[in-house]
Amino acid sequence: MSDDATFEKFKSCAVEVLQVPGDKVVRDARFADDLDADSLDLVELVMALEETFDITVDEAELDGIETIGQAFDLIAAKL
Amino acid sequence: MTPPAVFTGWGSALPPTIVTNRDLEQRLDTSDAWIVERTGIQERRIGGTVADLATEAARNALQRAGTRPEDVDMLLLATTTPDETVPHTSSAVHHRLGLGGGAMDVNVACAGFVYALVAAYGSLAVGARRVLVVGADCLSRITDRDDRSTAVIFADGAAAVLIEATGGADPLHGGPGLLSHDLGIDGSAHDLLYCPHGGTLTMDGREIFRRAVRATVESATVALSRAKVAIEEIALFVPHQANLRIIEAACTRLGIPPERTAVVLDRTGNTSAASIPLALCDALGAGRITDGDLVLISGFGAGMSWASAVVRWAS
Repeated sequence: MSDDATFEKFKSCAVEVLQVPGDKVVRDARFADDLDADSLDLVELVMALEETFDITVDEAELDGIETIGQAFDLIAAKL
Repeated sequence: MTPPAVFTGWGSALPPTIVTNRDLEQRLDTSDAWIVERTGIQERRIGGTVADLATEAARNALQRAGTRPEDVDMLLLATTTPDETVPHTSSAVHHRLGLGGGAMDVNVACAGFVYALVAAYGSLAVGARRVLVVGADCLSRITDRDDRSTAVIFADGAAAVLIEATGGADPLHGGPGLLSHDLGIDGSAHDLLYCPHGGTLTMDGREIFRRAVRATVESATVALSRAKVAIEEIALFVPHQANLRIIEAACTRLGIPPERTAVVLDRTGNTSAASIPLALCDALGAGRITDGDLVLISGFGAGMSWASAVVRWAS
């Protein structure tokens, strides 16, 4: 899967879980400031990504994840 | 297959002291908005002992049923905070109420009530006629009141049901009682939620959240499958009352709407083994369950442990 296609799948998860418009899901978007997402929203998003991409993300790996780009890179590195 | 059985009584007991989010704002670095957004909890009750609360809840259940205490054959008290290490707290409840038969504590943390309920149906299968099932906990006793991650969540309470064997069709053929259950444990997850003797609860909230959603959905799905019941046929889902966000995430995945889900944690917080029967009693008080309804009950907790059951309600 190309990076673009992977990002589109990632984005559709984020749109569904975080209930934000797709055009706000960009690499620089910050979960707390730009997407009004708290730590439990991030956990829910990662749960959805684990199921969509059939991967496993350890809870400790979520530490320091603050932007869409950081979350995407975490997922993409596991594919 | 367990014999047909009906719920002849139910009752709850909460300590009189109400602690609101505003109260917690006074002494912790937290806010009402933060607590409501993250947990759904508005207020909780603190105080009493497990024996006090369990006795009051069980007495209410017996009175509603019109059953004499000596006619009870077994008391199963689900608790993770017994008043003493020895003896089991159910012995005090048994004595105070003047119950007949035996009594035992069941400690499976927040999944304890469902485990006890399944064991109660097992007691009926080996000859008991009436079994009292109580969930009671005083989590405030093992919670660090200065820890904002746990002090806003955990609280005290108790609730009870009385089940009684009856005649007629078995539960899988239209009769009342237990259609199916699913019980599980993953002891490797100890470090996510534990409390040593004399200490206070330590919780990895984020990982508990994730595992709780999955355990609830998977266990409930197994129980439904064993009962050959579709989620659409469930009149009321009664989940463990840990956190509204967990309940909402589990309900979305199970495909059951809020109007068919019991929630009481906004008023009680997380009362561990008491949370499911408190939610059940609240729903019964509001007339949300009628005879013949299929009810799905699902709990998860420290261990990690999980438990689900499908029952056909009849009173």
